[in-house]
Amino acid sequence: MDFLSQIINGLGIGSIYALVALGYSMVYGIVQLINFAHGDIIMVGAYVTYVVLVVAGAPLWVAILASILFCTFAGVLIERVAYRRLLNMNAPRISLLITAIGVSIFLENLSQLLFTSSGKSMPNLFPNQLLGLGEVQISSISLINISTSVILMVLLQILVNKTKIGKAMRATSEDADAAKLMGINTNTTIAFTFGIGSALAAVGAVLYCSAYPMITPYMGGMLGLKAFVAAVLGGIGSIPGAMLGGYLIGIAESLTKAAGGSQITDAVVFGILIIILLFKPAGLLGKNVQEKV
Amino acid sequence: MGVMLSVKNLEVYYGSIHAIKGISFEVEEGEIVTLIGANGAGKTTTLHSISGLVKPKSGEITFCGNDLRSTDAHKIIQLGLAQVPEGRRIFAKMTVQENLEMGAYIRKDSNIQEDYERVFQRLPRLKERRRQLAGTLSGGEQQMLAIGRALMCNPKMLLLDEPSMGLSPLLVNEIFHIIRDVNESGVTVLLVEQNAKKALEIASRAYVLETGAIAMQGDADELSNDEKVRKAYLGG
Repeated sequence: MDFLSQIINGLGIGSIYALVALGYSMVYGIVQLINFAHGDIIMVGAYVTYVVLVVAGAPLWVAILASILFCTFAGVLIERVAYRRLLNMNAPRISLLITAIGVSIFLENLSQLLFTSSGKSMPNLFPNQLLGLGEVQISSISLINISTSVILMVLLQILVNKTKIGKAMRATSEDADAAKLMGINTNTTIAFTFGIGSALAAVGAVLYCSAYPMITPYMGGMLGLKAFVAAVLGGIGSIPGAMLGGYLIGIAESLTKAAGGSQITDAVVFGILIIILLFKPAGLLGKNVQEKV
Repeated sequence: MGVMLSVKNLEVYYGSIHAIKGISFEVEEGEIVTLIGANGAGKTTTLHSISGLVKPKSGEITFCGNDLRSTDAHKIIQLGLAQVPEGRRIFAKMTVQENLEMGAYIRKDSNIQEDYERVFQRLPRLKERRRQLAGTLSGGEQQMLAIGRALMCNPKMLLLDEPSMGLSPLLVNEIFHIIRDVNESGVTVLLVEQNAKKALEIASRAYVLETGAIAMQGDADELSNDEKVRKAYLGG
């Protein structure tokens, strides 16, 4: 049952893409911005975990909590400093996109300055064991990843669909001016969205470091790009879509590697993106409720 | 009975376009006042200036003694001024119920349940469809939802922007009936309309807006008998 093992392996990695993809998707949903700095939040989360755990010697749960809090704060701060003014002036989306790329490069260079460009190796975060279920081999890390991502997605769905702030997020994403007329502070709502997305990226960072224990200032680049692909593949703006996209990409990668194609995994991932978008331009779960006029 | 909303010498520019050229008008407590005029006369711009979505260049806007120009758009509803925007602007991907919840967003009291019932009583068609996505409603139902949503904050005053737009004559009658009904329950109304005939029927006073300036004003009855108004807005 090597095939099934590879699927679960892929779901494990896909969970990380999925968590990061949620941030891209939520931010896009609310302000139509591809926040290219989002991938670098993973890197920020990884370094915070490293500093608290290794340099300061704190317990793992403290490091994880610190990473989540720091990234939430960083996400809110980036929105406040780099994007809010542009959003409120209704700047062209291309200006926002360029700003996002600027923030991304800024973060990468800043961490290079602070930690040098040579990688740091992270100790084992979670016990890594191979569990045998009959003939299927599952690593404990895959199980941790999958369960974390599923739990967080369920919590996120509850937040977005059932809570007041979640409904305000949806109202703002549909029509920010109408939301203002209802008394919704759209600036706060947007900042909250950036914060939640960054918190999820921090969790993604911890999971990533437990699977690939080497961190560098540029680690967010490819990982962020793949998560972005996952978000588009699933239908950007859709929470279940981001999860589905993440899992699919993880599985595609894992199967390609198992088939001996380690060299071409990225080509396969982006090839799948191109093919799916040709047939479903809005992504797998992307949908448009047509408004009657 | 005092002045509830007062606009003085309002000037609005879009870039170099002088959209509103120093208009002044007032709405007294309990009235229905209508602002009529052709497409592009500046009606919506005027409403957006009041609700803070457009920043005027100069002029004064006061509501119940509060300076609205220095109030953030999302805080204006807290003063008791709600708006039913042009084109309804309901949240299409949210349910009817959730749209009404958004209307009650600023409220922290516990009587919201009673207000849902009141809105449903006034607009029974919404009750049947409360679990439905708002985008699937018909145009008339969407307009009713937009009105119901604005009423959920228990406003002192309602701004309505072209509520009759795109509706069949039968539905227009129904909407205007609802507006009158809302007014009789104690809500002051500022109604912006292209359908001057209907608007003048329910309004007590009216202002005629032409290319960003007030061309005429007076009692609704007088204006509907005025030769110029009849020619330009009432089809002879």
